[in-house]
Amino acid sequence: MEFSEHIKTANVEDVVLRQPLHPPLRGTLCITGHHLLFSDREEDEGRSSGQVLLLLRNIDAVEKRTSGSSGTITIKCKDLRVLQLDIPGMEQCLNIARSIETLSCLDCVSEMFPFFYRPSELNLQDQWGLSSPEEHYRQATELHNRWRLSSVNRDYSVCPTYPRAVVVPREISDDMLVKASRFRQGGRFPVLCYVHRKNGMVIVRSAQPLTGANRKRCKEDETLLQAVIGGSDKGYVIDTRSAQQAQQARMTGGGFESKSCYSQWKRLHRHMERGKALQESLIKLVEACGDESSNMDRWLSKLENSKWLSHVQTALSTAGLLAECVERDGRSVLVHGSEGTESTLLVSTLAQLIMDPGCRTLEGFLALLEREWVQAGHPFQQRCAHSAFSHARLQHESPVFLLLLDCAWQLWRQFPLALGFSEALLLRLADEAYASSYGTFLCNSEQERSVAGVREKTHCLFQALLRSRHRDSYCNPLYERTELAIWPSVHPQSLQLWRGFFLRWTPQTRLLEEAQEEIRNMIVEWEKLVMS
Amino acid sequence: MEHIRTPKVENVRLLERSSGQRRISTGTLYLSATHTIFVESNPDTRRETWVLHSLVSGVERTPSTPAGSQLMLRCKDFKVFQILIPQEKDCSDVHSSLVRLSHPEKYSELYCLSFNPSVNKEEREESWRFIDLMADYKRMGVPNNLWVTTAANSEYRVCDTYPSEVFVPKSATPAVIVCSSRFRSRGRFPALTYFHQDTLAAVCRCSQPLSGFSGRCQEDELMLQAIMKSNPGSDYIYVVDTRPKLNAMANRAAGKGYENEDHYTNIKLQFIGIENIHVMRSSQQKIIDIGDMRAPSMTDFLWGLENSGWLKHIKAVLDAGVFIARAVADEGVSVLVHCSDGWDRTAQACSVASVLLDPYYRTIKGLMVLIERDWVSFGHKFSHRYAHLDGDPKEVSPVIDQFLECVWQLSEQFPCAFEFNEHFLISLHTHVYSCQFGTFLGNCQKERRDMRLSERTHSLWPQLWEDRAEYTNPLYKAELSQSQAVLRPNTTPYCFKMWKGLYNHMDKTTPARQSPADVLSAVREESQQLEEELTNHQEVPPGGTAHHNHQHPGSRQGIPHTKPLHTLNAR
Repeated sequence: MEFSEHIKTANVEDVVLRQPLHPPLRGTLCITGHHLLFSDREEDEGRSSGQVLLLLRNIDAVEKRTSGSSGTITIKCKDLRVLQLDIPGMEQCLNIARSIETLSCLDCVSEMFPFFYRPSELNLQDQWGLSSPEEHYRQATELHNRWRLSSVNRDYSVCPTYPRAVVVPREISDDMLVKASRFRQGGRFPVLCYVHRKNGMVIVRSAQPLTGANRKRCKEDETLLQAVIGGSDKGYVIDTRSAQQAQQARMTGGGFESKSCYSQWKRLHRHMERGKALQESLIKLVEACGDESSNMDRWLSKLENSKWLSHVQTALSTAGLLAECVERDGRSVLVHGSEGTESTLLVSTLAQLIMDPGCRTLEGFLALLEREWVQAGHPFQQRCAHSAFSHARLQHESPVFLLLLDCAWQLWRQFPLALGFSEALLLRLADEAYASSYGTFLCNSEQERSVAGVREKTHCLFQALLRSRHRDSYCNPLYERTELAIWPSVHPQSLQLWRGFFLRWTPQTRLLEEAQEEIRNMIVEWEKLVMS
Repeated sequence: MEHIRTPKVENVRLLERSSGQRRISTGTLYLSATHTIFVESNPDTRRETWVLHSLVSGVERTPSTPAGSQLMLRCKDFKVFQILIPQEKDCSDVHSSLVRLSHPEKYSELYCLSFNPSVNKEEREESWRFIDLMADYKRMGVPNNLWVTTAANSEYRVCDTYPSEVFVPKSATPAVIVCSSRFRSRGRFPALTYFHQDTLAAVCRCSQPLSGFSGRCQEDELMLQAIMKSNPGSDYIYVVDTRPKLNAMANRAAGKGYENEDHYTNIKLQFIGIENIHVMRSSQQKIIDIGDMRAPSMTDFLWGLENSGWLKHIKAVLDAGVFIARAVADEGVSVLVHCSDGWDRTAQACSVASVLLDPYYRTIKGLMVLIERDWVSFGHKFSHRYAHLDGDPKEVSPVIDQFLECVWQLSEQFPCAFEFNEHFLISLHTHVYSCQFGTFLGNCQKERRDMRLSERTHSLWPQLWEDRAEYTNPLYKAELSQSQAVLRPNTTPYCFKMWKGLYNHMDKTTPARQSPADVLSAVREESQQLEEELTNHQEVPPGGTAHHNHQHPGSRQGIPHTKPLHTLNAR
């Protein structure tokens, strides 16, 4: 295997491993193509605590320090765990560090672990994914009257980041779609993502229109949007940029739906942070959480300065606005920012969680993520290449998906009975997005996945989660379906730091987990009694 | 009644604000001797809102609008009511009545002296015996061969703000006690508050010594020696001065100060740095101001929180408790705690330490006992601090608020360690201010005895105990308390949160957020019932009729079997 050329030292004895919440262990360290394996000497006594298997992909930063004949490697993981290895022998230490550095950020998709992961309980012939756009459309019969499934993008030529099939207004022909796609950045023409069962109003999403400085128009795009609202007199455009940013976008060929060309659409601008700024926010927050020497003033000031909770607040309030337009105002809404692959997906997902009880079950939530993030072309590979600890120069990293999970956690905390999934699921998803044994979050689009053969050669995370023997722990024991919308409070006092994620490796978080365990046990006991 | 200028105003609009939500209703306003009562005119609901005069901290007139004149009622439990009165004259009358009614000048005007639940004399007397401090001292193992009661303070002769019965080291003679008390502010000599049976270490409390720059008192030194000797396992004690060192030093200029380590052998002096009551008062005001902000951004909120310094102060109090608990439980060293007068910061530090050291104080009854001991009996000045009567505003400070908040912060960190829930702490907070019961009236035991409060008012404790079902934390694991007797909290800043439940009351009438606690309480209760039924069921001999009549508790309560919880949410 070609990985071996990166592994100068595969095994080291007598290594001391220090990790949070555990006493130090002494044992053998082993580096493979995809894993770091540590097992302590007493493993034959059957103590599982002495074993650590870490996906190298999970490693965000490696810091080495040598003194005399030995060295110490500090490993900072994307799940925010920090491990330390004391390695005898300087050369061995440097070799190990170099191997980890190289193997933790392989660029080639087909070399990544999901292509090698073959657990005995899963079969490559198993169903991949939960649903396809085609199946989803087939089941949503209430759509068929006004909406059709178009396979204009069957070879990904119209829009490289869309799936093969998309749902569009029935009266809009494929030809028109092709023309409309040329008027939207990245070819992301408006497509349907949600129909509100109570009033038939819809959410469609797209990228920004390419009006440019000359205020170009596109008749097909205008007709398409007109068809979205159908007989209704008004629709909303929620632009996830400030009005000023939208104006500025025209200078670089982008733009917005002007009043004169889209007279029946009312634009609402909500500035949402994206890209690098979001990544920097995450870095600052993680840094603040790791600094236990801060006094109260310094901590609060760092927390504020990171702006992470502000981003949570904005995301939830924009999603709330979107849901309000649909549910309370009874209007259809088009959502976009610039590319339509980041904040657009964030608010459309959250709005669906707020409004649609079907999205709040474990299966429903995973299916929502599959539709709105995986199939809709969120570039996971670029955005989640590195996390908060990395020393590498930032390229396309941005924790939008993590922000989504944080917002979902806030909803879960505010409505402890309304969501069918647990915090453990959100944490698992956060881990998997950054380093995974499964193929689900590989690549940046369906097209890339298809080229790489992800479906054929890797296992699907969502299927694995649903079939997992830990499935119970991903469910909320208190869950009880409610048909009502769950309107989150975005008052700053109602939003909290997601301790389960950001302070995950502190003993206090263990206590909170125990409380969750206690809740689960109480419900299980009670159910047993009721059944007896 | 002479203070009520107008007892009834019609067509009044009431605006309630809580947690950013607002609701407006129209109705009639009544003023009684004890309450402002608003009755909604909507015939379907006729919802009533009662606001106790003694809970009102401020009545402000805001500029009139075309719709009428406005009054704003701010309450000590942080609720805010806005009242819109059509006629200027009525508003002015209501305003001046309320200003007077919310600032009682005599104890006799307070609600507890007119509050008359239907109980007879025996029951009332019984209610005052509900909490028995001597029984608690016995529970912790005193008196014993190390600690004894002293008669020195009977009839409050030595220290009028102490209880008449206190525990002191066995070797401390009455002469030592009396002389030591003369060397301490307000005569508050070192006395036992908590005895830790496992280590034989003790927590004692007192006020600052009157040492000035060079003064000393041999008997006081002997007293501290006696405390040390009462702990056979240790050859020194900690003296915890809960003030910032600078404040303590400044006190020396006034002939007060702290223990000189050259004079007292075998003590280790430790300063904690809890700020004084004036700093705390203005800090809390800033927290309240945050709650008043209309639509604050996250930045406004976090800046406000930092700027208030409130969580910093909460952390300081908790740190003091942690220091004491560690000394006692981990090092087995006794601790003597004081501040200036020994009735504010000292009460906070000692009671937090007790909560950390002893699982009993994490139960509903135990917390009552603890408050009765460290706060009520040891002369925390409730009436001054919580402005029961119109008085010096500089005496007012949220001292016990901070203790209750420390307990809340702990309960957030240890969700299974406390028998009570947040409502219990909030109820305690309300009653500290409400003056509905005599428990917290006055400033010390002597004052309460002189006022004969036990004959004229009722005790809060049995009332809370009766309602304990609604104060119970369903996640409480009593057996866990046995194994984890001592709580070791993390006091890293990120472990502290703003206490939203206290500072921003959830409006109970708006569609409630879903409460897992309610569900879990119901589940726990039903599980118990089911278990009982199962046991009974098994006792029925074969062929018995019990099964025939057996009805599921689930169905009896109208709770469907698989999803039992609908009824709860439908409320």
